[in-house]
Amino acid sequence: MKIPDLAELALRNLRESLLRNSLTTVGISVGVASLVAMLSLGIGLQQLASRRLGKSGLFDTVIVSSRREMRGMGREEERNGPAPGESRVLDEAARVEIEHLPNVLEAYPDIRFNTELRYEDKPHLTTISALPASAKSNDAFEGMQGNYFSSDTAPEAILQKSFAEELLGKTTKLGAPEPNVADLAAPLLGKELTMRYAQRETTPSSPGSTSPTPASPADALASTAYSVVSREQKLKIVGVSDLDPESMRGPTRAKVFLPLKLAESLHVMQATDLREVSRAASALPVYQSVSVKVAKPSQVQTVEDAIKKMGFTTFSILDASRSIQTFFKVLDVFLGIFGSLALAVASIGIVNTLVMAILERRREIGIMKAIGASDGDVKKLFFAEAGAMGILGGMAGVALGWAIGKVINTGTNVYLRSQSLPADNFWAVPWWLVLFAIGFAVLVSLISGLYPAARAARLDPVQALRYE
Amino acid sequence: MAIAPGTAPANGAIRTENLCRHYRMGETLIRAVDGVSLEVRSGEFVALLGSSGSGKSSVLNLIAGLDRPTSGTVVVQDKDLARLSREELAKYRLHVVGMVFQSFNLIASMTLAENVELPLRFAEVDRGKREGLAREALERVGLKARTNHRPSELSGGEQQRAALARALINRPQLLLADEPTGNLDSHTGTEIMDLLREFNEGLGMTVVMVTHERALAERYARRMIFLADGKLIDDRPNVPIAAASETSGVQR
Repeated sequence: MKIPDLAELALRNLRESLLRNSLTTVGISVGVASLVAMLSLGIGLQQLASRRLGKSGLFDTVIVSSRREMRGMGREEERNGPAPGESRVLDEAARVEIEHLPNVLEAYPDIRFNTELRYEDKPHLTTISALPASAKSNDAFEGMQGNYFSSDTAPEAILQKSFAEELLGKTTKLGAPEPNVADLAAPLLGKELTMRYAQRETTPSSPGSTSPTPASPADALASTAYSVVSREQKLKIVGVSDLDPESMRGPTRAKVFLPLKLAESLHVMQATDLREVSRAASALPVYQSVSVKVAKPSQVQTVEDAIKKMGFTTFSILDASRSIQTFFKVLDVFLGIFGSLALAVASIGIVNTLVMAILERRREIGIMKAIGASDGDVKKLFFAEAGAMGILGGMAGVALGWAIGKVINTGTNVYLRSQSLPADNFWAVPWWLVLFAIGFAVLVSLISGLYPAARAARLDPVQALRYE
Repeated sequence: MAIAPGTAPANGAIRTENLCRHYRMGETLIRAVDGVSLEVRSGEFVALLGSSGSGKSSVLNLIAGLDRPTSGTVVVQDKDLARLSREELAKYRLHVVGMVFQSFNLIASMTLAENVELPLRFAEVDRGKREGLAREALERVGLKARTNHRPSELSGGEQQRAALARALINRPQLLLADEPTGNLDSHTGTEIMDLLREFNEGLGMTVVMVTHERALAERYARRMIFLADGKLIDDRPNVPIAAASETSGVQR
């Protein structure tokens, strides 16, 4: 029989026992709906997590340090590669080289120093770090009071909440509710800080190479000596951040942030300078570490490998991201299994419906065989009926599952808002899930139809015709 | 007309040799057909007669390829049915044999037109062609006006005529009728028998009819074969009453 004929007869037969077939189809759709709802939540949570983590900048960042600087992160690398003493110096030339690697968006030095900040004539010692303009999109600045730096060179500062507390002389007792960032920011925004720092001033040995960052190694080699000068810099407080942009740095994290270009132009004497200078043949700026932004988290590994080949130590949270991905895969599988259980129950309904249909339509099967239907025709007809129930149930189920997911999402967001937490979308029905769910429903239905179809095809026509 | 008169093939013959069909029912062996050997020539109108349980329907089912013999052979158009696969047997039923039954056996959920064109679906005939053929076949049995009715909306005679139209639709060489008038009153039965005779004479189809009504057989069949307890007990030619039924209201 041709497929359109088969489909037409199958649908006609389904219409004949409308109630029973509808109930069976509803069973399938409930199964599919539970599968879709479960998986859409699983996928949505995964997307939410990668969206959040992606914005945090944790997964597309590689931190590069010289092997000479074996401190903090990347200690496990010590045993591999060249001995720390022989490895390359992480200077401006190396930074430029890293920045030109494929898939690298930018590589900026980690400028970080301890210094004194004066606010209303009171000194406060703290760690300062510089941020590039691209850090504006960082998740950590979500909910920040005030604004990000107006430009990459503006004499402006962003404070972390805890430092704002310190400036205002507030201390939070353990267990007490954290102060609201808006309350902290209000008296501080627009105020001025005075930063006192030690400037490293290169002594030009030849005229024309006075630029702060030498353009070529040749220039760099020309100037080796420097002196240290005490300087002051006025900074305007433009923002107070609630979250901690440097949470991954642990105890060395900074509390005050400056625009990167401004920080570079200040030539602040850093902790590493003394040690480096004692060996370095170059006057190029030497960095303790360089942060590398990679275009996509998936390219982090290749970029890391390339940088390691250059002789540096790298660190990324890729491994952490991998285990998070694994977690979500496992979660999806579990949710999928629970969702499939309902579909498995529905498939028993299909078997039951079709076996009943065989009993009911025994005579009809006999007639069809007597007038020339082959075993295959009968089998295909029952198969088509199972498949049609699968398609209809699958489509209805996807719609139902979509609705269930949406309701759960909306309901949870209402709850989140009532707890004054930000609402988010943790529910997603990608197109492949729709296709997969319908396909899976059809597959399950066809498998359920195997036995009834084979049984109908085997029916002895003489016996079947005798049946009343 | 698709079913042109006088196009019956020369090899429409049926030959059975020592045909047996035994069933086991618990401990007892039932010999429904027990060593029947007979030959039907192309274009014949044969009546298989016998009382209930004589095995006449079983013989018909074996010839129709609905059942397989326990032993012996049944050869139709030089095909040994016992040797055909299930698939080939289905093709044989589809193309070579047309069947009508005592209880009409129309599918209740389908209209007459759909019932009649059902074999064409199995034969994978195009939809457009199917509708025309079904209409022609229904016209031939005088049911032109009822094509979109369901079987339950028709009288017994009309249902049997529709079943005949269905049997004709694939232009078979062999028409097998199992008590075709058994559920009909004598007047309607005569109409059906007149149609059978028309197919036999007009279209040259070989007709084998099972009946227990001897009068009916004598009136229409050219040969009468008597069965009892699964065995052939008599086989004799018959001169049918030549006059076509005066009550026939069938459109031609």
